[in-house]
Amino acid sequence: MKKILILSTALTGLASAAHADLTVMSWGGAYGEAQTEAFVKPFMATTGIKTIMVDSDNPATPVKAMVESGNVTVDVANIEYADAIRLCDEGVLEPIDIATLPAGADGTPAADDFLPGAVTECAVSTDIWSNVFAYDTTKFAEGPTKVADFFDLEKFPGKRGLKKGAKAVLELALMGDGVPASEVYAVLSTPEGVDRAFAKLDTIKKDVVWWEAGSQAPQLLADGEVAMTTAYNGRIFAAAMNEGKPFQIVWDGQIYENEMFVVPKGAPNKEDAMKFIAFSTSTEGLRASAQQISYGPARKSSMATEIIFKDGKTVMAPHLPTAPENMTNALETSSEFWVDHDAELNERFQAWLSQ
Amino acid sequence: MAEDATTLLKTADGRPLKAALATAQARSRRRAFLLVLPLLAFVLLTFLIPIGYMLKRSFEHDGFSANAPALVQWFAENPGFDPANPPEAAFAALVQDLAKMQADKTTGMVGTRINYTVPGTISLFKSGARAAKDLAPPYKEALLAEDAKWGQPALWRGMYDASSTYTGDFYQVAVDRKLTDDGWARGGDKERIYVYLFVKTFLVSALITVICLLLAFPVSHLLATLPMAKSSLLMILVLLPFWTSLLVRTTAWIALLQEQGVVNNMLVALGLVSDGNRLSMMYNMTGTIVAMTHVLLPFMILPLYSVMRVIPPSYARAARSLGATSWTTFRRVYLPQTLPGIAAGSLLVFILAVGYYITPALVGGADGQLISNLVSFHMTKSNWSLAAALAALLLVAILVLYWVYDRLVGIDRLKFG
Amino acid sequence: MALPTYASPLERVWYYTYLTICVLVFLFLILPVLIVIPLSFNLEPYFSFTEKMLALDPDGYSLRWYDTLLTLGHPTADAPRDNAWWWSAWENATWVKAAKNSLWVGLWATVLATTLGTIAALGLSRPEMPYRRLIMAILISPMIVPIIIIAVGMSFFYAKACVAPDSAVGMITGTFLSTKGCLANSYLGVIVAHAVLGIPFVIITVTATLSGFDQSLIRAAHSLGANPRVTFFKVVAPLILPGVISGALFAFGTSFDEVVAVLFIAGPEQQTIPRQMFNGIREAISPAILAVATILVIFSVALLTVVELLRRRSDRLRGVTGR
Repeated sequence: MKKILILSTALTGLASAAHADLTVMSWGGAYGEAQTEAFVKPFMATTGIKTIMVDSDNPATPVKAMVESGNVTVDVANIEYADAIRLCDEGVLEPIDIATLPAGADGTPAADDFLPGAVTECAVSTDIWSNVFAYDTTKFAEGPTKVADFFDLEKFPGKRGLKKGAKAVLELALMGDGVPASEVYAVLSTPEGVDRAFAKLDTIKKDVVWWEAGSQAPQLLADGEVAMTTAYNGRIFAAAMNEGKPFQIVWDGQIYENEMFVVPKGAPNKEDAMKFIAFSTSTEGLRASAQQISYGPARKSSMATEIIFKDGKTVMAPHLPTAPENMTNALETSSEFWVDHDAELNERFQAWLSQ
Repeated sequence: MAEDATTLLKTADGRPLKAALATAQARSRRRAFLLVLPLLAFVLLTFLIPIGYMLKRSFEHDGFSANAPALVQWFAENPGFDPANPPEAAFAALVQDLAKMQADKTTGMVGTRINYTVPGTISLFKSGARAAKDLAPPYKEALLAEDAKWGQPALWRGMYDASSTYTGDFYQVAVDRKLTDDGWARGGDKERIYVYLFVKTFLVSALITVICLLLAFPVSHLLATLPMAKSSLLMILVLLPFWTSLLVRTTAWIALLQEQGVVNNMLVALGLVSDGNRLSMMYNMTGTIVAMTHVLLPFMILPLYSVMRVIPPSYARAARSLGATSWTTFRRVYLPQTLPGIAAGSLLVFILAVGYYITPALVGGADGQLISNLVSFHMTKSNWSLAAALAALLLVAILVLYWVYDRLVGIDRLKFG
Repeated sequence: MALPTYASPLERVWYYTYLTICVLVFLFLILPVLIVIPLSFNLEPYFSFTEKMLALDPDGYSLRWYDTLLTLGHPTADAPRDNAWWWSAWENATWVKAAKNSLWVGLWATVLATTLGTIAALGLSRPEMPYRRLIMAILISPMIVPIIIIAVGMSFFYAKACVAPDSAVGMITGTFLSTKGCLANSYLGVIVAHAVLGIPFVIITVTATLSGFDQSLIRAAHSLGANPRVTFFKVVAPLILPGVISGALFAFGTSFDEVVAVLFIAGPEQQTIPRQMFNGIREAISPAILAVATILVIFSVALLTVVELLRRRSDRLRGVTGR
């Protein structure tokens, strides 16, 4: 009996000490750090709500699993646009009312201040990010400039890093095969188009190192494990700025989209979660995030004045996916396409990988 | 005769000895069982029931059956319908359900369930549900005008299968069968993955078992024939890796084998390979096999050693003195005596290898993944029933091996160190 | 096995080949475990030896990765290292928190597995135990069934194994469980999962100790007037204690190294060392992982030593000579 008492008191003490008031799930690495600095710390200082950040390779997957198993431990999650649409349809997310979001710093209502599509039924954009490919400038006298160069093993020998998943990889393969950005999804919607994308990937398959977590990509490049790799553009920027790595981004064939904050259905602290989202996606919140990492804010008012990187001198504009000079051959991810084909193409991708 | 003698014997209080003995034995059996009972209950609750629950999940999915009541009822009444040409009543039920899904916001759940067997249907259900309330009879023509895909026989077969909460669909998918317009059939070669991975997992496990056996045999022999003091010392070299965290050992192999790792650097420094042609030994099947061999080797050495330790050296000497060559002596005298150890070690290593997860996940890259990793893949993708079906197939294989192990070796012979 | 004097030249060649193979296999076993130790003192963020390290230049070595273990996740990492800093590191540093969680979970899982396992082993070793083979097979199966299957089953079931937090039972047990009153995402969930995984080891080691146990000692104690309780504590317990302790150490080792079940059933708060390592290896593999690995190697050397000493003591007590 005495033992049981000791056990229960000990466990009680431990369990109650560990509960946080708000749990935010994001993608870790440089991105997670940027969001901690831009969102979490100011939010804690302003509201006094104890907030912890947890990492995932892709928060959409654990969020869905949590809601379906009825064990939600996350209050706010940062997920991709197509996932935000799909999970909203599946009833996994709480609706977010755009009217509850703060007006821009200049007084414009949120509905007009956000870029088109940046606020959906269940989600609010935190930033616009991009899948790009990057290389180590010390490895090539004359570096790649076109998306086709990524697949050119003769001109640019060396291993390639690619994200282990169908999304953004199949698009890249088609663009590398000469399909213009505007036609990518039309081609990919046909069985021949899918075959064509996999055939293009076959040409480099034996030289590919697959990565899963966003922070692996710059790491592979830094370790010399690959000569060039696809990556989230902010991760490459962070490695170049914060660690002085000689990395260069190739914007040709970039695939960009909105990243969204969502609240899983049954979140333990729903009200604080909504407060957190309103706080973070305000004019200042989005601006603070763009000062930390090179992902563009989705509010017009956040870009009213020039955004300067946290080092105090680098102008962010040319490093953002939305900069005009980076948009010459750019593809916006089609959420409609991926809502429908995510499961099927990922299964095909797994089968292709293991062959 | 003996029987008669005992029936006649009586205890001090006059009861027949046989009955008294039986009572006493029953009591001690009960006592022994009572000691085991708490643990059995604990294992039942925290281990056996969860696994039973998983098996249930592999047959169960109510994403469609719970959200399309009209169609479920129609299917129940018309089990023999023609999927190629469903009648108006079926379409009417479908439209009714689609409108309900739109109101209940369940299109995603329904679409996801049908999508498991008929890919590309999530958006079909979504647009259908959105349009449903504006459709007017005849529903068949209206819905087909909305999207011709609603007439696919495969879709109707898929919905019919899904109208029951309990289904074998996920096992069909788990053995690479696809739902076509004519029913379940063998999947296309580009999509076949599960059977291939099962076979691959078993082949890789067999290969690792053979490598382990080849490496373990000489070492166990040396340990078994050395004097105690020396062999105890060398045994540490086997037991230390055994006791070291799996993650530590996996990390170590990454440090050793990756392209910029210790081994490649050494080879480059020695001039054996050029800087541009570093060997790929990590994040592929090679990495998986090397790291798994290292992790499982002690499980082969320990049982082999314990068998070899008790083989009397005099047999081999006798064989030699009778004129056998050293090879014959080994083959005809020594090897047969080590067979119990070989069986025990090989089965144990094989069983453990078949279910391996961590090492392939970390060092396997693309082609070094085993079936466990695919189970995990479907778990994270929330396709739980398929994950459970694959896990159930794996479980059956393991239980068969476990039964063989128990028959051949006996589980009470398991020992460590 | 020394080479006999009558060995032919071929046999000699074969004998030395055999010895070489053995040496290579031993190196294969032990080198990867040892290689992490020097690598963890690397000054550079690489997984390989730098030239300075190979030249044994002290400048090539540093403790920076050990320092990372104390500063990662620490809000005031750069502050001067006074008492408050150390206290804050103890409270906040990611790896320190993970270590505390691992020890905590491991401790309770061990207590649970050892207590239940030892009592059951006592029953299983009685000759009159019914269905012995079947029960053994069930109790050993957590070691045989692939961990991924166990984890999948647990993740389904533990999410459903809940009590309403405001019910009478929930009031008592609520603090052991997650905020929703479930086994999933709770310390208790991880503890019982690890206990189940440790049980086969306890059963195996304790029944092994009991198998060499001389039952006549019990009869002797009884005949000398000891009641069953006294017999157990004065005669049986001291003799099986070494087996129980090494079983407990195995159970602890299992829990301390377990990651798959944690990945599937634990919440964000139950971050353990293996889980932290698993994530670390998959993302940026910094030598900080090697620093943790080195600490764990030292830890396993300690565990191994204790188990080995216990085994010898047990053999001596039971009068077993040799191995």
